[in-house]
This record gives sequence, C-alpha cells and structure tokens, in this order.
Amino acid sequence: MADFFHTLGAPIRWIVETFLWLPEPFQYLLYIVALVLAIILPLLLAVAMLVYAERKIWAAMQMRRGPNVVGPFGLLQSFADGLKLFLKETVVPSGANKGIFLLAPVVTFSLALVAWAVIPFDAKLVLADLNVGVLYVFAISSLGVYGILMAGWASNSRYALLAAVRSAAQMVSYEVSIGFVLVTVMVWVGSLNLSDIVEAQAGGFWNWHIFSHLPMAVIFFISALAETNRTPFDLPEAEAELVAGYQVEYSSMAFALFWLGEYANIILMCALTSLLFFGGWHSPIPGFMETIPFTDWSAGWLWFFWKIFAFFFLFGWIKATLPRYRYDQLMRLGWKVFLPISLFAVVFYAGLALALGKI
Amino acid sequence: MQALLSEYFPILVFLVVAVGLSVAFVALAWLVARQNPDSEKLSAYECGFEPFSDSRHRFDVRFYLVAILFIIFDLEVAFLFPWAVALGEIGAYGYWSMVLFLGVLTVGFIYEWRKGALEWE
Repeated sequence: MADFFHTLGAPIRWIVETFLWLPEPFQYLLYIVALVLAIILPLLLAVAMLVYAERKIWAAMQMRRGPNVVGPFGLLQSFADGLKLFLKETVVPSGANKGIFLLAPVVTFSLALVAWAVIPFDAKLVLADLNVGVLYVFAISSLGVYGILMAGWASNSRYALLAAVRSAAQMVSYEVSIGFVLVTVMVWVGSLNLSDIVEAQAGGFWNWHIFSHLPMAVIFFISALAETNRTPFDLPEAEAELVAGYQVEYSSMAFALFWLGEYANIILMCALTSLLFFGGWHSPIPGFMETIPFTDWSAGWLWFFWKIFAFFFLFGWIKATLPRYRYDQLMRLGWKVFLPISLFAVVFYAGLALALGKI
Repeated sequence: MQALLSEYFPILVFLVVAVGLSVAFVALAWLVARQNPDSEKLSAYECGFEPFSDSRHRFDVRFYLVAILFIIFDLEVAFLFPWAVALGEIGAYGYWSMVLFLGVLTVGFIYEWRKGALEWE
C-alpha cells in the first residue's frame, strides 16, 4: 500500500495533506477513497480511449477512416458520444419494473469496476492484495449475470428477455471452463493470490505460463470472448434478430453504464489473460529495456498496459474478422469441447505438478 | 482478524464509490436532460406494433437445464479451489481422492451427454 502511495505521488499526497486536520480514521478513509479513484478514473479514461482505438482498428481493417472529426484524429469522439448520451432523455418504459430497470445498469457497471480492486498493476501496486484474489475475480464476474438478467426481465420486452436468457446461459456455460482453467494455473503456482501467480512467472518470457499452459490459455481467451458477449459469441446483441439485446429499452446514461461496464469487463479479461499466462508486469527479457538510454520504459505497469492493449487489439481483430456463431454451436463448444478438455486438464496439471514436485 | 479487515476494507470502499458513481451518473442525466415522455415513447419496442401480451412468456426449458448443470459444475470448481492450494500438503493421497471425485462427476457428465441434455439441435 505504501508503495502504491509513493508511485501515484504528488496529487494524492497533496489531497491527503490538505485534510491532515481531520481525525485519524477519516484520514485513512480519505486515503483509501483517493486510491480507489486513482483506479476508477484512469479506467474510465482507458475505456473511452480504447473504444476510440477499437473503432479505428475496425475502420483500418475495413479500409475506412473511422472517427476523424471530433478533435485531432477524432481523439475526442468517445467524449462527444458520452456527452450526447448524458444529455439524452432517460426513457423508462411504462410496462417496466422501474426499480429493477434502473438498478440493472448500476449493478452491471459497479461489478465491472469492483473486480479491479485486486488486479496488481505492478509489484506491490495493488489496492487489496487478497490471498484469494482469483476466487474474488471469479465470483465478481459470476455476479455479472445478474445485471443482464435484471435488465432483460425488468424491461418487459420480448427482445430484452430473450437476449437476457441467452446471455445468462452463455455466460454460465463458459464460466465453468474458465473455473477449471483457473484451477490448472493455481495447482501450478500453489496460490490464489494474483501477485504470487505473476511472481511465479518472473525471469523472462520462457517462464511464462503460456508455454506450460498453452491449451489452457487458448481456452481461457475464447471463454473470455464468450463471457464478455463479444464476437464470435455476441448472440445476446445479435442486431439482426434481437435488435440490441437486453439493452434495447435503455437510453441515456443507463445505456452508457452498460456500455462502460462491458468494456471495463473486456479490459479486465485482457488483464487477467496477461496476469495468468503472460507474466503480468514482467518484461519479456529482463534487463533488456534498461540498456536503452534516456527511457524508463522498463516500468512494470507499462509492460502490463502494453500486454492489456495487445489482447484488446486481439479482441478488436476477432470482432472485425469472424462471423457470429449459431446458438447450438456455441453451446456445443462450451459443454462438449471446452468442459471435457479443461476437466481432464485439471487432473493432468495437478498430477504433473505433483510429479515434478512443483508444489 | 485485524489484518483480514484491513485487507477487505478497501474493497468495501471501492464498492461504495462504484455504486455511488453509477447512481450519480444516472441521476445527473435524469436531472440535466429534458424529460418529455409520452405514451408512445414509453411503450415497449416491438417493431412498430402493439405487444400482443405480456412479454414474460414461456421460454425454452433447456435454459433452465443449463442453469442446473452449471450449478453442479460450478460447485465442483468451488471444491477444486481450496484443493488446488492445499495440494502441496495433502500430496498423492489428496490428489487421488480428487481424481476419484472427478471420476464420479465425469460418469454423471457422460450420462447427461448420452441423455441428450447438451443437445441444442
């Protein structure tokens, strides 16, 4: 925690020192709130900029220009979109259950943010270094189903209900294989702590779990696509049949919260992929970047962000390339391919870890 | 206990800030934007015609089946989490016990597969 404080540096220290006259517990609370905002605000900024980046990536892959009007190179496009949504009327359908209808985006967005509390951005740079970090992330991402089901049911619209049921079934199907994949990594490391998992991959890219767990990493990434309802598994929002899925009745900021939450979840899945299989904040070749003068490019969090962006690019690439799965194909892949493979892999990796004396 | 609290307290604060932020987003948009509802605007979107009935109609029972299967396998994963961490201490005996447990579940999995519970034609 103390390191986190020093890394964030001057602004937070200034805020804390300004309120030094407050009694001790309030100072501590204020310090925690400052740390929380130091995660949330950059995350929201990252979502805005990554949405812009993704639109540019799709545009480039389709030989278009993409957003290029608002601000230099269209950089402010996401902020313009956000402002527009903010100034729109909040429509609550007359047939909807108003309380649940308005609660659903709040639940989705809050859960998408809260999962970030245990993500280590660098060595010791983590808000809550839980010894059950993986379990926490797994639990929070499971709860994400509730926001979607609440939205679909409370909207009282056919499209929304069908999309919510589809989405819930799809998310729980792939969550099972994600759980088994997490177990294969955990038996290898012998810890549920995300920092421990990353530290186990220290010392160069040949130590990354991607080499020992290659099939598991592939299953995890594909399941992450299904878990976040992205192409080729974007059936819940299949625009040709369900118009916009469970969000069809939403407008204004209630809609924007779903959209922000979805992208926060996508970035979270990219972060988890790099933490579990690609060495998190570790540089691929330790000591190499330090030899280049005049830079501080070796900073761990910078490596972590580059890795997140690489996987985010992969998400965008997949969306620009692949067609949508059929629902029976989606269920077959989840239950008849990924589940047996990952179930067998748990036995295999646990046996290998015991035989090699890793744990 | 003190250490436990200090580890989880930031998460509680995080949750409060996140919920507060999202409620503030929705409430501010509600206050700032001009609200001008009419009965057509507030009707459910149904491609231009009136909905025939309440939309909470029956849906395929297979979604329910998927939820039940999910509970079985997710509980299994929940059993595996502590086992994975403790595997170094419980050694080969713990390993083979879990293999037996997974074997029993695999028999059930094969049964539901053969019964057609995983078919979506």
